[in-house]
Amino acid sequence: MSAAASEAPVLRAAGVNKRFGGLQALADVGVTIRSGQIYGLIGPNGAGKTTFFNVITGLYTPDSGSFELAGRPYSPSEPHRVAQAGIARTFQNIRLFPEMTALENVMVGRHVRTRATALGAVLRTRSQRSEEAAIRARALELLDYVGVRRYADFQARTLAYGDQRRLEIARALATDPKLLALDEPAAGMNATEKLSLRELLSHIRGDGTTILLIEHDVKLVMGLCDRVTVLDYGKIIAEGTPAEVQRDPAVITAYLGGPQGGAAAPQTVS
Amino acid sequence: MTLFFPSLRNRPGAAIAATFVVAAVLVALPFVVGTMGNAWVRALAFAALYVMLALGLNIVVGFAGLLDLGYIAFYAVGAYMYALLASPHLTSNFPALAAMFPQGFHNSIWMVIPLGAALAAMFGVILGYPVLKLRGDYLAIVTLGFGEIIRIFLNNLNAPLNLTNGPQGITLIDPVHIVGVNFARTLDLGFVKLPSVYLYYYLFLLLTVITVVVCIRLQDSRLGRAWMAIREDDIAAKAMGINVRNVKLLAFALGATFGGVAGAMFAAFQGFVSPESFSLMESIIVLAMVVLGGIGHIPGVILGAVLLSVFPELLRHTVVPVQEQLFGRVLIDAEVLRMMIYGLAMVVIMLYRPKGLWPAPEHGVNPTTRDDARAGAAG
Repeated sequence: MSAAASEAPVLRAAGVNKRFGGLQALADVGVTIRSGQIYGLIGPNGAGKTTFFNVITGLYTPDSGSFELAGRPYSPSEPHRVAQAGIARTFQNIRLFPEMTALENVMVGRHVRTRATALGAVLRTRSQRSEEAAIRARALELLDYVGVRRYADFQARTLAYGDQRRLEIARALATDPKLLALDEPAAGMNATEKLSLRELLSHIRGDGTTILLIEHDVKLVMGLCDRVTVLDYGKIIAEGTPAEVQRDPAVITAYLGGPQGGAAAPQTVS
Repeated sequence: MTLFFPSLRNRPGAAIAATFVVAAVLVALPFVVGTMGNAWVRALAFAALYVMLALGLNIVVGFAGLLDLGYIAFYAVGAYMYALLASPHLTSNFPALAAMFPQGFHNSIWMVIPLGAALAAMFGVILGYPVLKLRGDYLAIVTLGFGEIIRIFLNNLNAPLNLTNGPQGITLIDPVHIVGVNFARTLDLGFVKLPSVYLYYYLFLLLTVITVVVCIRLQDSRLGRAWMAIREDDIAAKAMGINVRNVKLLAFALGATFGGVAGAMFAAFQGFVSPESFSLMESIIVLAMVVLGGIGHIPGVILGAVLLSVFPELLRHTVVPVQEQLFGRVLIDAEVLRMMIYGLAMVVIMLYRPKGLWPAPEHGVNPTTRDDARAGAAG
């Protein structure tokens, strides 16, 4: 444990600001995610979770902020560079390649860790063929890992919703990420699917991949995460273990409303 | 071969046999068709050229999902490159060049094919770079403009320097020579005489086979999957670490390559090029071949190209005699009828077979296979 603690954190983001016109979507947000953790990022609707997520994965350019991945600074300027650096993500509204098969989807994930060129493909060189075989083998392994191997040759769009979520996780894992970033993976899932997702995520953590989890479902987050950051109106209002965060008065106010939180209080909803 | 006949996938012997049968048919075809006249063999040679063009365009439109309405520009680039390098046009207009090359320009096909490919690829990148951020309709408009720009340049580059000879085009283009065989003359092999069109047919057939193999290999590769990924969802593709810019440029460049080679062959075959061969209508027809056959599916694209290139010949040879028989005179011109039928065919295809005549097979939507998978999982 102490050895792990002395290692550089997998992700360190500090002083992240992002403004959309008049809206300060993120104000001085920072997280430090240690290796082997499931790190939760929660907050009410519109708190800035997805914005933060899009910033660290390069989809949005931050106004300011510093970023380090496994001790090395990276600038999240272009999404494909972020993936190369070692952050793989999934999307809140699933973004698979719908007409490609499940297997092909995961094989695309291997793109960033393989090298074959167009010329190699045309000439079918020995190295290209062995790489191709390795891509296929690894992709099948990952389909098995998330439990959708039997749909390997099905087009992604024909898979059931829960299976599409799993397939998206397999595709992200195919990039050999240092950090697996999941944007509301449980959204739209029923209780059974959530339970098996939870098992899958702890399994992934057990195999050594660090996870950043954005989630609406507080129960899932509290049961699964090692540390949690709570965002509200683009600011961090609490950070700690799930138990600490749950007792934090600011968090309770943000979620349930309270004497000071008039504006956010649910009773004002007409 | 299993791509064309999926049922042969598990029977390698049958697949090899099928390959031989198809090869034999393709080799024998000109002798069968040739009995009706060399014009039909010529139509076959053109069909092979159009298959190359359609497969090249299919890389851009079918694999990478980038709508390109100016594809014929690459065909033009290849054709004019060959025309300039293998005709007296440049040497007769530029005395300095004539002094440097007293024999005139006569270039080997082994130099022209790679050069045509490379030049067209370069033009592909020139087109691709400014349109990287465009999609759909906007991309279509810009590529359409690009195609027209190339054609208009060719049409007007006869002054102040006469580079392209303007609308008159370039004539006296050398035919192809391979190992001493002049493709413009009949080749006597002793047991059989091969007229010029037969030779070109076999040459184009060979190039087409190479194109098909290259396309299949590209499709089943890391790059092919990246193309399909950006076609399906480019944000997800970026998030998976695909450098969308480079991959798109490669699609434009490789697609253009086939156009360039086909263009060079066209110039050699015709012996004459002029800007009117490269009009917007040609771009649209090549696109129609891809869409009608089955966008993104190599066998479908080949089918589309063959149908749409042979069909006008068929019409030309039947419309006039049939009308003369029926009415005693020609009421509707073959060309008019062709456009009418094209339009009708497109509407019917879009209504009843929106994925084309021979689309890529579906995977996993068939309820029976789905149930099998479920049952397998449960058991």
